[in-house]
Amino acid sequence: MIHPIPSGTRDVLPDEMRELRELSGRLRDAFERAGYGEVWTPTMEYEEVLKRGDERAAGAGYRLFDEHGQVLVLRSDSTIPIARLVATRYRDAEPPLRFCYFAHAYREVRRGSAQAREFLQGGIELIGTPGPEGDAEVVALVSAALEEAGLRRHRIGVGDGSLYRTLLAEYGVPERERMPLLERLSQRDLVGIETHVNRLGLPRPARDVLVTLPTLRGGPEVLERAADGAVAGAIESLRACHELLEQRGVAERVIFDLGLVRELGYYTGAVFEVYDPAVGFALGGGGRYDDLLGRFGRPLPACGMALDIQRVHVAQAEEERIARGEEPL
Amino acid sequence: MSGLTIAVPRGALFGETLDLLDRLGVDTREVRANERRLVFPDIGVVTMRPSDVPTYVEHGAVDIGITGKDVLLEQDEREVYELLDLGYGTCRMVVAEREGDSAVEESLRRLGAVRVATKYPRITSRWFADTGRQVEIVEVKGSVEIAPLTGLAAAIVDLTATGATLRENQLVEREQICACSARLIANPVAHKLKAREIDELVERIRSLS
Repeated sequence: MIHPIPSGTRDVLPDEMRELRELSGRLRDAFERAGYGEVWTPTMEYEEVLKRGDERAAGAGYRLFDEHGQVLVLRSDSTIPIARLVATRYRDAEPPLRFCYFAHAYREVRRGSAQAREFLQGGIELIGTPGPEGDAEVVALVSAALEEAGLRRHRIGVGDGSLYRTLLAEYGVPERERMPLLERLSQRDLVGIETHVNRLGLPRPARDVLVTLPTLRGGPEVLERAADGAVAGAIESLRACHELLEQRGVAERVIFDLGLVRELGYYTGAVFEVYDPAVGFALGGGGRYDDLLGRFGRPLPACGMALDIQRVHVAQAEEERIARGEEPL
Repeated sequence: MSGLTIAVPRGALFGETLDLLDRLGVDTREVRANERRLVFPDIGVVTMRPSDVPTYVEHGAVDIGITGKDVLLEQDEREVYELLDLGYGTCRMVVAEREGDSAVEESLRRLGAVRVATKYPRITSRWFADTGRQVEIVEVKGSVEIAPLTGLAAAIVDLTATGATLRENQLVEREQICACSARLIANPVAHKLKAREIDELVERIRSLS
């Protein structure tokens, strides 16, 4: 007799559980030492409340009704719940505020994609520290925590989700042409971007920037290559972030990526993504969300990052294999 | 292949893809000589059916891959970078039906919807939705041309290069949905961690044409 569990969910048995606990423990210790106290928020929230933070409730996939007919959703990330928590429970607290969390989140999955419907996220939120200073603190701490977890080859991509939008406005690209281009950017369709931009009839320099910007990624030298007037402000922020990361000794971990965009709607500036050569998907990501807390009545700049613990675990296992002298997969 | 692994599509794009690799200085003689062997670690080549290429690339089992735009459109949720239009394997995605009076129009007018057979259900569904028509999609795996001839469907959505197969089966092309050709795609993590290798490859391919 077969008693199935939903695709994209899993049972965890003692060997794996011990390793996951140990991994979460190492990350948690690193976060706590840096002053990020752990919080827990409900697994389900009112849809209305999450929608205040993001129109799509951060892409929540599961809804249910409570006994009063109110719509509840299973949280799809912890950032909006923590914004709500800060605005209600820390209404008068002096910023900056620092929190970490280890909690399951829920998203819809594609059939046959091996994606998780229920996944364990570990992350941090830094509330009240604006701009590059906050961005650098978050990137440096996540990198240090991953280092402690044994991910010696990890990298963190840093970009600015508003760059392309700003450029399109600056170059006077008509409103109706912007959405298709931004969609192609988030679909990583560089061929589509080039074809579409070529049709716009822009002057050569503008055309070249729109086509090449999404492919600029690497060390701080890519910031020099993009020092265009239109996005000078954002590039200057990234450069400042780089300097702070150098001071913190983690600059070589960072890949500046000017084509990086994140799907969630609440990001306002810097965006992050975590990579490891052992895993074909990003291990996590995050960004700056300066408007989100204001929507809950406590306007404060903020940024954060979350890791998919199971993917980090895969990378960790691979690192250990390599450390034992086995060939990389 | 200069530190990169590549998924190479067997089938219609196979020959021209190997020609391209030759021009890039990859020795493909072994691949050409072996019908059954699929993996060639020495040159970083893995061969597979075109519709599997996005899967292997998305999961990072290979760094980059080559497949048709038709495959990418049908699997548009795949998280891969589309880096380059390689310019070969050009063909069109079309709506075709039997010669003579349009069964599609008749069906839409009298029955409210049209039944279409295809190997590309998502492209078909998007096309008919975009053009404001109701469609019933019948998914088939093989030669879709027989569907209108046997009465399975009023029309088909399929890929055609010259239109010869359509004509051979008394079908005519009514609408063109899009043009397709071979594309170079990359895994998002490889695109960041192997940026130099990938950019160099893209530049070399661009300079060939």
